[in-house]
Amino acid sequence: MQDKASIVQQPGAPAGQKEQQPWYALLQYLLFGILFGIILVKSEVISWFRIQEMFRLEAFHMYGVIGSAVVTGMLSILLIKKFNIKTLAGQPIKIAPKSFHKGQIFGGLIFGLGWAMTGACPGPLFAQIGTGVTVITITLLSAIVGTWVYGRLQAKLPH
Amino acid sequence: MLRHPWPWYIAGPLIGLIVPLLLIVGNKSFGVSSSLRHICASCVPAGIPLFKYDWKKQRWNLFFVLGILVGGFLAAALLSDPASVAVSPKLSAELAGYGITDYNNLVPREIMSWSSLFTLKGFLLMVVGGFMVGFGARYAGGCTSGHAIMGLSNLQWPSLIATVCFMIGGFIMANLILPIILSL
Repeated sequence: MQDKASIVQQPGAPAGQKEQQPWYALLQYLLFGILFGIILVKSEVISWFRIQEMFRLEAFHMYGVIGSAVVTGMLSILLIKKFNIKTLAGQPIKIAPKSFHKGQIFGGLIFGLGWAMTGACPGPLFAQIGTGVTVITITLLSAIVGTWVYGRLQAKLPH
Repeated sequence: MLRHPWPWYIAGPLIGLIVPLLLIVGNKSFGVSSSLRHICASCVPAGIPLFKYDWKKQRWNLFFVLGILVGGFLAAALLSDPASVAVSPKLSAELAGYGITDYNNLVPREIMSWSSLFTLKGFLLMVVGGFMVGFGARYAGGCTSGHAIMGLSNLQWPSLIATVCFMIGGFIMANLILPIILSL
């Protein structure tokens, strides 16, 4: 069990984090989340209808958003690495590599099927609730249950 | 100007800039679905290895998703566009066939609301769909933000595989299975 859990490296895993930050230092992440939420709503990325268009190849919008986000992220990380840019606290920037396992295929397919049903991936679920579509709290709860059930079954699933 | 829907070439690069922002400010990797894991770890760890870690060190991620919710609220309250979402005519023709004609919301009111939660259609789309999103994201080790944006930005080939599988799953659902669900 323990072995399995360590093989399957998860992003956000508690590796190499320094001392705990005071709670008010966390407020900056609240602010970044707010910005992200506003962008998600205003670009209609969190619209069920836009997701349907994307998966039916009926509009370019979503491909444009995700594609240009990836290109921007890629260039940013390239520059960070090339110029050895440090964090504001002066630490070297570390990004955990993703290791391959079959979960990326099986889990990826399951995620994709769910994404086209709910019309939202995890970030947009939070934003949709914020805009006042309160029933999506049920979808979010269900996603949390799904996460938990995966944890419960992890050792039995192919990886 | 801010009230109109933002075009992809504004929204996409802004989303992409969250990657270096999080890295430079706090050495954090962009990712949303890990928040669901932290919620499990903090509320119902149940001795499961996946949830045995110090989630408090990852609190930033919970603040981030709380922010997304607040951002959604602010955008809807202050920046909302009175016009409804303009979808492709092909899609609106198809959806009209299933009785979906209300575009005033982010989700189709007719099938995703409290009153439709206990219909077969609503249950499948919201409850089963949500479960698959959570289960699949954790099984894949990330979602659209962690794999498709952060992982691809960092040139991680496992993230490319995950992203391709996200898309394949989505194509199968939207084109082959969803029409059956919507006609239920």
